[in-house]
Amino acid sequence: MNKKINKSVIINIIMAIVAYGIVMALIYGGFLGRQAMSIIIPCCINVMLAVSLCLLVGFLGELTLGHAGFMSIGAYAGALTTNALNLPPMVELLIGLLVGGIVAAVFSLIIGLPVLRLKGDYLAIVTLGFGEIIKSVINFLGFTGGAKGLSGIGTYSNYKNFTFVYIFVLLTILVISNLVRSRHGRAICAVRDNYIAAEAVGIKVSKFKTMAFVISGFFAGMAGVFYAHNVGILKPGNFDYNKSIEILVMVVLGGMGNIKGAIVAAVILTALPEVLRSAADFRMLLYAIVLIAMMLFNNSKFRTVMIEKRNLKKAMSIQKEGE
Amino acid sequence: MSLINNLVEQLINGLRTGSIYALIALGYTMVYGIAKMINFAHGDIIMVGAYALYVFAALLGLPVPVCILLTIIVCAVLGITVERIAYKPLRNAPSLAVLITAIGVSYFLQNVALIIFKATPIPFGSVIKVPSIKIGGIHISGITIVTLIVTVIAMAILTWFINKTRAGSAMRAVSEDKGAAALMGINVNKTISMTFAIGSALAAVAGILFICQYESLSPTLGALPGIKAFVAAVLGGIGSIPGAMLGGIVLGIIESLSKAYISTQLADAIVFGVLVVVLLVKPSGLLGKMKAEKV
Amino acid sequence: MALLEVKHLGISFGGLRAVDDLNMSIEQGSLVGLIGPNGAGKTTAFNLLTGVYAPSEGTIVLDGESLVGKAPTEICKSGIARTFQNIRLFTKMTVLDNVKVALHNHVEYSLAESFFHLGKFSKREKEMDERAIDILKVFDLDGQADVLASNLPYGKQRKLEIARALATEPKLLLLDEPAAGMNPNETQELMDTIQLIRDKFHITILLIEHDMKLVSGICEYLYVLNFGMELAHGEPAVVLNDPKVITAYLGE
Repeated sequence: MNKKINKSVIINIIMAIVAYGIVMALIYGGFLGRQAMSIIIPCCINVMLAVSLCLLVGFLGELTLGHAGFMSIGAYAGALTTNALNLPPMVELLIGLLVGGIVAAVFSLIIGLPVLRLKGDYLAIVTLGFGEIIKSVINFLGFTGGAKGLSGIGTYSNYKNFTFVYIFVLLTILVISNLVRSRHGRAICAVRDNYIAAEAVGIKVSKFKTMAFVISGFFAGMAGVFYAHNVGILKPGNFDYNKSIEILVMVVLGGMGNIKGAIVAAVILTALPEVLRSAADFRMLLYAIVLIAMMLFNNSKFRTVMIEKRNLKKAMSIQKEGE
Repeated sequence: MSLINNLVEQLINGLRTGSIYALIALGYTMVYGIAKMINFAHGDIIMVGAYALYVFAALLGLPVPVCILLTIIVCAVLGITVERIAYKPLRNAPSLAVLITAIGVSYFLQNVALIIFKATPIPFGSVIKVPSIKIGGIHISGITIVTLIVTVIAMAILTWFINKTRAGSAMRAVSEDKGAAALMGINVNKTISMTFAIGSALAAVAGILFICQYESLSPTLGALPGIKAFVAAVLGGIGSIPGAMLGGIVLGIIESLSKAYISTQLADAIVFGVLVVVLLVKPSGLLGKMKAEKV
Repeated sequence: MALLEVKHLGISFGGLRAVDDLNMSIEQGSLVGLIGPNGAGKTTAFNLLTGVYAPSEGTIVLDGESLVGKAPTEICKSGIARTFQNIRLFTKMTVLDNVKVALHNHVEYSLAESFFHLGKFSKREKEMDERAIDILKVFDLDGQADVLASNLPYGKQRKLEIARALATEPKLLLLDEPAAGMNPNETQELMDTIQLIRDKFHITILLIEHDMKLVSGICEYLYVLNFGMELAHGEPAVVLNDPKVITAYLGE
C-alpha cells in the first residue's frame, strides 16, 4: 500500500512540474495575448480559494457561503500592510501574505466558534450573513477606503511573478491534501459522516470544525492578498456572496471532496469567460446553462447506469482473475 | 413631536419593506418546507414579475388589472416550469447539487433578462396610482397603503388555504413525509408543482409592489430583496409560514430603523447581525421547530 | 469494587420519565445484558452512560471516576465505547479509516506533521495501520480494509462498528442490539465473537438485545427495564423465568 502512495506522489510532482512548464512556456513563448496573460494569476488565486473551500464543503461537509468574506479580510489586511511598508516588493508581498493569512484565520476563529454550532442550511445562511457583514463594515470604515476602494496597492502578483504565486498555490494544495490524509483530516471527515459516532469515538466535533474553518480561512486570506496585489485596487463590492458562490460552484463541479477536481474546475471556470469572450452577452447565459446541465447530468439515471455498468465489468474481471 | 412622527413614519416604511420581504419569504419557506431545498432563484422570479408587468403595461398598454393578473400567471407558470425542468430530476440528489442548480437557474433568468432588456436600468412609473394620505402630520404614500393591504389579504388567503382546504392539507402532508403522503393517495408531484406556483405567484405580487415603489428595472433587481427575504425566512424559522411573515416584517422594520437612525451603509450589517444573534440563541429561528437527531 | 457503579440514575423529557432510579453494578470482565420491552428506556440508559444526555439525577462511576456531566468525547477517553442501534459508521470512509479514526487519541502526531507528512507521520501512520488491521482481523474484515464502509453488507457493518468501538481501547463496551436483523447463523457467529473479544481484549461488556437465545447464551447477569424502571436483575435463568418479566414482555 505504501508503494501505491509513493507512486501517486511522484505522479503529482510530475504533474505540478508539467503544469509549471506549460504556463512558463505560454508566458515567455509569446503564445498568449495580453488578455490571456491577465487571467494566469486569477486562475492561481481561484485554485487556492477552491481548494481551501473544498476542505470545508467536501471534507467537513459544511456548506459555507461566506468564503469571499475571508478572502476580503486577507486582501485588505495584506494590502494595508504592504502599503505601510517600504521594502523590496517581494519581501513586502511575503509579509503581506503572512499578515493576510493570519488575520483571516483569526477572524475565522472568532466567527467560527459561535457559528459552527449551527448545521446545514442555517450554517450556510449565517456564513453568507457574515460575508455580507464583513463587506458592509469594510465599506463603512475609514482606513479601508470605504466604498471608493483602497488603491495604490503595488501590483506585485502579476504574471511576471508567476513562479512566486505558483509556489503558494502548490503549498495550499500540498497542505490541504496532506491534511485530509492524516489523523486530523480523518477526524474532520468523521465529523462529516456522522458527528454522533465521531463524538462516541473521542473526536471533539467543535474542535475539528473550528480547525477546518481556520485553516480554510488562512488560505482564503492568502489568496485574497494575491488578489489585492493583482488588481491593485480593492472595493468591498468585489467580495459579495456572488464571489462566494463562484468558488462554491468550482468545488461542487470539481466533485465535492475531490481536490484535483476542484483545481481543474477552478482553472476552467476562470478561463471560460475568456474563451467565450466572443460570445459577449451570451457567455454568462452559457455558463448558467452549463451549470444546470452539469448538475442534472451528474445526478441523472443515465450516469448511474453508466457507473453501474462499469462496476459490473470490474466485478466480472475480478471474478475471472479469481478463476 | 416631529421626532415621534418621524419614528412612526420609519416604522411604517419598515412595515412596507417588511411586507414585501414577507411575501417573498413565504415562497422560500413553502418551497423549503415541501422540497427541502433553498430555491436561490426565487429572488429572480420577482425580477421576472417586474419585467412582465413592464411589458404588459408599458409596452402593450393593457389595462392595469389585466396586467397584474397576467404577471401573476407568468410567474406561476415560470415557477412550475423551473421546478419541472431543473429541480424535479434532482429530488433524490444531495442538497448541495440542488442548491447549485438553483443558482444556475438564477444566473439563467438574470442573463436572459440582460440579453432582452440590456443592463441599463429602465425607468418604469408605478402602475398603482393611489394618492398618499396624511394622518396627524404623518405622511403615508399610496403605494405603502396598497402594499400593506395586499400583504394582509395575501397572507389571510394563504393561511386559510393551507389550513382549511384539501389541497392545503395535502401540502402539509407532503412536507411532513413525501413517502407516506404518496401512500395516502396524494399526488406528490402535483402538490410540489402547486407549491412552486403559489410561491411564485406571491413573488409576482411582491415584484409588482416592489417595482411600483422603486420605479426602475434592472436584471439584478431581484437579488437583494431575494437574499433579504431568504434571511427573513430563516430568521422566522425556515419551513414555518407564520415564521416567514414575522421574519419579513421584523427584518423590514430593523432595516428601516437602522437606515434612519444608525447608518445606511451599516444597515445590511445590522440586518445580518440580528440574524446571527437570533440563530445563536435559537438555532431554528424565531418560530421554527428544532428536530433533535435521535441517537 | 465493581467496574461500573450506577446509582439512582434518572432522566425526564418533559413529563416523561424515560429512565427512573436505575441501579447497576457491573463487575470487571463480566458480560451483562440489559433487556426489556420496546420503549423501556434501554437505549436512553446507554445515552446517559455515554454522555449523549446528561442525567437529571443519579451517579455514574467508572473505575472510581465520576462520569456525570462529562461530554461523550471525555467519556470515551475514560473508557466507555459503544455501538448504535441504527448503525452509525463513517459511511464515506474506508473500513480501515473507520477504525483509524477511533485510534485518533491513541496514536498521536502534531498538526504540522499532518500538513507536511513529515516527522513522526509515517511511523505513526504505519503503527495505526497495523493496529487497525489487527482489530479488523478479529472480525474477519481485514480483507475488506479498502472498501467503503457503506458498501459492506449489513452484518459486516455491525461488526465494523464493534471493531471501531474496540479501537478506542475501552474498559467497558456497550453494544446496542448487536444481533438486530441477523439470521440465526449470523447470530451464533456474533455470540462467539462477543465472547472472544471479551477474553482477547480483557474488557467488560454490557449489551442490549431482544434475541433471548443470545441473551441466555452468553450473558452472565441481566438487568430488566420496563417503563424506565428496573423490573428485575439477576442470573439469566432466574430472571427470564420471573413472572414479572414474562408479563412485561407478553402483556397480561
